[in-house]
Amino acid sequence: MNNYLSLENISITFATDNGPLNVLDDVSLKVDQGEFISLIGHSGCGKSTVLNIVAGLLNATTGGVLLENREVTEPGPDRAVVFQNHSLLPWLSVYDNVRLAVDQVFGKQKSRQERHEWTLHNLELVHMGHAIERRPDEISGGMKQRVGIARALAMEPKVLLMDEPFGALDSLTRTHMQDSLMEIQGELNNTVIMITHDVDEAVLLSDRIVMMTNGPSATIGEILAIELERPRLRLQLADDPTYNHYRAEVLRFLHDRHAQPDVPTGKPAKTPEVAAEAPAEERPARLKLATG
Amino acid sequence: MSTTIINPGKSFDFKWLQLLFAFLEGDRLVKATSSLVRQLLIPLAALGLFLMLWSAGAASVTTSLGQLPGPAQVWDQGVQLYQEHQAERQKEVAFYQRQEQRNQAKLAKNPDAEVKVRPYTGKPTFLDQIATSLVTVATGFIIASLIAIPIGIICGMSATLYRAINPLIQLFKPVSPLAWLPIVTMVVSAVYISDEPMFDKAFITSAITVTLCCIWPTIINTTVGVSSIDRDLINVSRVLRLGWLTKTIKIVIPSSIPMMFAGLRLSLGIGWMVLIAAEMLAQNPGLGKFVWDEFQNGSSNSLSRIMVAVLVIGCLGFILDRGMLLLQRWATWDRNAVLR
Repeated sequence: MNNYLSLENISITFATDNGPLNVLDDVSLKVDQGEFISLIGHSGCGKSTVLNIVAGLLNATTGGVLLENREVTEPGPDRAVVFQNHSLLPWLSVYDNVRLAVDQVFGKQKSRQERHEWTLHNLELVHMGHAIERRPDEISGGMKQRVGIARALAMEPKVLLMDEPFGALDSLTRTHMQDSLMEIQGELNNTVIMITHDVDEAVLLSDRIVMMTNGPSATIGEILAIELERPRLRLQLADDPTYNHYRAEVLRFLHDRHAQPDVPTGKPAKTPEVAAEAPAEERPARLKLATG
Repeated sequence: MSTTIINPGKSFDFKWLQLLFAFLEGDRLVKATSSLVRQLLIPLAALGLFLMLWSAGAASVTTSLGQLPGPAQVWDQGVQLYQEHQAERQKEVAFYQRQEQRNQAKLAKNPDAEVKVRPYTGKPTFLDQIATSLVTVATGFIIASLIAIPIGIICGMSATLYRAINPLIQLFKPVSPLAWLPIVTMVVSAVYISDEPMFDKAFITSAITVTLCCIWPTIINTTVGVSSIDRDLINVSRVLRLGWLTKTIKIVIPSSIPMMFAGLRLSLGIGWMVLIAAEMLAQNPGLGKFVWDEFQNGSSNSLSRIMVAVLVIGCLGFILDRGMLLLQRWATWDRNAVLR
């Protein structure tokens, strides 16, 4: 089971107008099958770049990614991505968006009827069975993200990659989505790598939290194993000392040891790929529901 | 989506018609009435003012063809043109009847007699000319679209090709139809040689001139639409490993359809404007030729008749544009886009 997914000494350098910019430096990580990994770090530290390299959307300058001991060279449905802004095709219905992925991945293996049922099954899984004929612009942000997740799950990926999947949602919707995701994860036991800015989200969902240092030349600073029993219940954990200890660990890493410099003076211009990664505003870590 | 009664005002964007329906339904009677006043009376008042100014202004201009016609004379000529059309149609019916009777009589005398059926060769009426113009512009526009959309898609997908073709587009875009026409005429005469031509040369020349002038907005808009496709959607297609063709059909084309239709609408507007000039010079028997013939004719009615043609050209242009707008709304997935 070990070394299901392996990131081997990944470095990546982008050419910019101000000369080469080394975004990632020697990132190595081994992920077991069924493990839930969170990547956390300040804006612009290259979290999305890591994810894009695993997805195959970007190629590492040196080092590489092995999935089941095979090198990743191009994007593929075995590493499905849930994009931050959902990226549904706006002219297709919810059903057709998922069906497009199902047809593409299982077009040869499954019959028409099976593909139809598989599409519906995945939409039911994210509780979107009631709105399959709606267009993306007719549903809320949370629902769009659910469909995005259904589309990714429908590909039966070996690794599910999520790029701040709930970052654009309001906090109540976000908690719902996190609960849904835990429920699905408990059922399917996917291997997941998720980028997040949210400390609570990371602690609640992950088996391990990978904390990244600030860029440029970002790398993995610390890895924190979260040894909390599953299923995890948000309200019970709010007063759990172990849970709060983990939270504090992450907060200390982010805001003490690797606090982002107040004035990002020496920070070179972002490359388009990196710029696409992070929302400009820095979200402070919060205790949702737990404090209230 | 809620179902409402079919409201023709809604589908044709005449706000006052919608309001009239709302009024008839007794819906918010007071509000509907005041909106009706605003939506219907103000444009009508402006129209009335325009007609008065026209009438007064025209009376003070005397040309070599007599006084500049006012609205009343133009209206009379409009009616006149319609009556001429009906009279011509009756003559045509009568001609075929006579021919039929003659042939019947001939066959009755001698069953083996050869009968000839000759087509009627009366001069085209104003309404025939309108039809010719519409067919010509449609032909030119369809040819232009068939060429422009694929070029636009390819240019949008390949920056290299775009760089190659862009200077040509910029070079030919501003060329007037009057400059194209002599070249098109000569090329058509040289190339289109056939004993039994299916189409009139003047028709082909006019249609191709329309094509040459209205191809550019569609190319440019399609290119922009295709090249500005959301990066994330491209990433989705990469993750799904869509093939080139599937990607084009499922993602690139749908994504660029709003821009494509915006271009098509501009193209049709330009095509209709260009058509009149092209028909004048190419002598294609449409509205352009009508205007030119009346100008050459120089009777006391000519100016009124030309003004009838001007108004008809304006109305048809407006209807074509509304038609394209409907098509654009129907094809556009982006509900947030405000189309007017």
